[in-house]
Amino acid sequence: MRAPVSDLPLVLDDVSLQAGATAILDRISLTIAPGAPTLFIGPNGSGKTSLLRLCMGLAKPTGGRISWGGRSDPTPTRRAFVFQRPVMLRRTAAANVTYALAQAGEPRARRGERAVALLERVGLADLADRPARLLSGGEQQRLALARALARDPQILLLDEPTASLDPAATRAVEEIVLSAAQSGIKIAMASHDLGQVRRLAGEVVFLARGALCERAAASDFFDHPSTPEARAFLRGDLVI
Amino acid sequence: MPDHLSALQLILNADPTLLAIVQLSLSVSLAAVALAAAIGMPIGALLALTHFPGRAILVVLLNAMMGLPPVVVGLALYLLLSRSGPLGELGILFTPTAMVLAQTVLIVPIIAALTRQTVEDLWIEYRDELGAMDVGALGRMTTLLWDARFSLLTALLAGFGRAAAEVGAVMIVGGNIDGFTRTMTTAVALETSKGNLPLAMGLGAILIVIVLAINAAAWGTRVWSQRVTG
Amino acid sequence: MIFRRSFVAIAMLLGIAAVCRPSFADDRSIVVASTTSTQDSGLFGYLLPIFKAKTGIEVKVIAQGTGQALDTARRGDADVVFVHAKAQEEKFLAEGFGVKRFDVMYNDFVLIGPKSDPAGVKGRDIEAALKTIQAKGAPFVSRGDRSGTHAAELALWKQAGVDIAAAKGPWYREIGQGMGAALNTASAMNGYVLSDRGTWISFKNRGDLDVVVEGDKRLFNQYGVMLVNPEKHPTVKKELGQAFVDWVISPEGQAAIAAYEIGGQQLFFPDADKKGS
Repeated sequence: MRAPVSDLPLVLDDVSLQAGATAILDRISLTIAPGAPTLFIGPNGSGKTSLLRLCMGLAKPTGGRISWGGRSDPTPTRRAFVFQRPVMLRRTAAANVTYALAQAGEPRARRGERAVALLERVGLADLADRPARLLSGGEQQRLALARALARDPQILLLDEPTASLDPAATRAVEEIVLSAAQSGIKIAMASHDLGQVRRLAGEVVFLARGALCERAAASDFFDHPSTPEARAFLRGDLVI
Repeated sequence: MPDHLSALQLILNADPTLLAIVQLSLSVSLAAVALAAAIGMPIGALLALTHFPGRAILVVLLNAMMGLPPVVVGLALYLLLSRSGPLGELGILFTPTAMVLAQTVLIVPIIAALTRQTVEDLWIEYRDELGAMDVGALGRMTTLLWDARFSLLTALLAGFGRAAAEVGAVMIVGGNIDGFTRTMTTAVALETSKGNLPLAMGLGAILIVIVLAINAAAWGTRVWSQRVTG
Repeated sequence: MIFRRSFVAIAMLLGIAAVCRPSFADDRSIVVASTTSTQDSGLFGYLLPIFKAKTGIEVKVIAQGTGQALDTARRGDADVVFVHAKAQEEKFLAEGFGVKRFDVMYNDFVLIGPKSDPAGVKGRDIEAALKTIQAKGAPFVSRGDRSGTHAAELALWKQAGVDIAAAKGPWYREIGQGMGAALNTASAMNGYVLSDRGTWISFKNRGDLDVVVEGDKRLFNQYGVMLVNPEKHPTVKKELGQAFVDWVISPEGQAAIAAYEIGGQQLFFPDADKKGS
């Protein structure tokens, strides 16, 4: 059973990530606390995905420290992750959710009922018995969200979850993310779609070349970006 | 088996001796596959998911053991199971049980090695997702085995094929006893030594057809279920 | 998860149960280590159903060369041996592995060779024939497997004054296999081979082969039967094994042996004298 622990605040203290000679992330310090959604933006290769993976505990930093609710044990207790291309387990949609519930320590007797509720929450109740691999891209992403929510997370990390989806599917995903945020779940999401950032973000973290360039409330960031990189990025120039 | 009949006649008459031989061959080999799967799949999955010093040597060893000579396995098991051997008290030499054991030893490496390869490939795809769901070591193993089930069917078939086709091991530990431990392959060997080449050939053809039918059925199942479950 | 675990478990149990069933029902069965000649000639296929109908005892025959059959019995893996190499059998007895040896029957060896008889050895004299084969280097197939027939062949070379270990050449092929395989090989390479008559008569892949030497007294081939000594191996099924031994040397068993024919030819000639040795 789940211990009564918290994964927040999530604190990155001078965190670096090296791959061979290449610095992927460079001395980033950042605290993620409960509140409105935090959106990570920046050009491709700026380190968004790597930063989220570190936040999830899927990778270890080569320098600095990360702590979750004051603990440095990376075991994901109250956090969940949605990948850009989620892996669907080779079983039905409902079984995918039940699986996540089981891993999160949900008692067997309650899994069925909760799986139904979660599938309803992401609008997949009708497809519960469909093999997950046969769902469309948008449906798979919503199922991934249901699986993530099954962990009853305090913080939900999402890595460009709508990058390969059409507008309708993107809207469905955004609605689920927003409702999760409204229910008190901290959202930390990477996106390259500035429209999406405007729609969702409470605050923005702007990365360039593996460094944290700018962190600001969403409205401030869009109205008065303070760094030249951010201004160039918002203008649509290539930022290298 | 009546000598004056051809293999075709034996089939057409549903000759009870022939049917008993076919049944024994199938049940021995299928039991060996089941047993080898229960042993080999966890070993393969464990090797795929763990890293320890000497693992590479173990993997090479396992791959090499796919080519274990059946007679050597048969002989080793014979010495073990003989009344004068360490496991003689079991009294299972010259019984179908001994044949199941021999074939199991032969095909555990095949199933384990193919499972390792399959699970290792799938693990690359699943690693992050399972990590994010905080799936423990045992859970990873069972999840990957289950999700690789269609590919693992091929491993099982490879094991079955080897078990059903081998003659050296079952001949030694089974003794080719008429009506008791005579399988398709030992019957072929026997009819060959009696110079009854047409009947031996016919029995061989029946064996090939059976193996072919099982493979076709398994293949069909795989295609069908993959279409259904994605 | 639960479902699939239990499914796998059930499948395994079913498979194993299906296979193990017969081994639990073997209370009334014995293992007889015998020679390929008795099996390949079809004698056991004829005798054993008669014995089983009378006694209810199932006889499981392991057909090996005589030497290997005796070894199987030495290890305690057979209850009875039924073989044909008197010297080896007596050694087996002397080592204490057998209880008592009884003559059961005999047949004879025949020298098989191509119908055209390229070495020109046709006749009744086995010694002369072997000498000629060696002198001319005509292809000869030897069992080479320590079987009764192999032992007999080696003894015949010796009697013919040929030191086969020294005279061995490409013409002399030791195949290390059973009688049937030796005949198949001889048939394929048109060579000479020593065979027991029973296997020869029932052999189907003769090709161009025929009997070239027969009727020589030295070609006599005696079969014996022994119960494996229960004092050496307590697992030996003494009563059931003895019942089999008693039956094959009884008038009834002897009559059954005499009655076995292929194509009107009697294969084995009963000669039990009941005394034993």
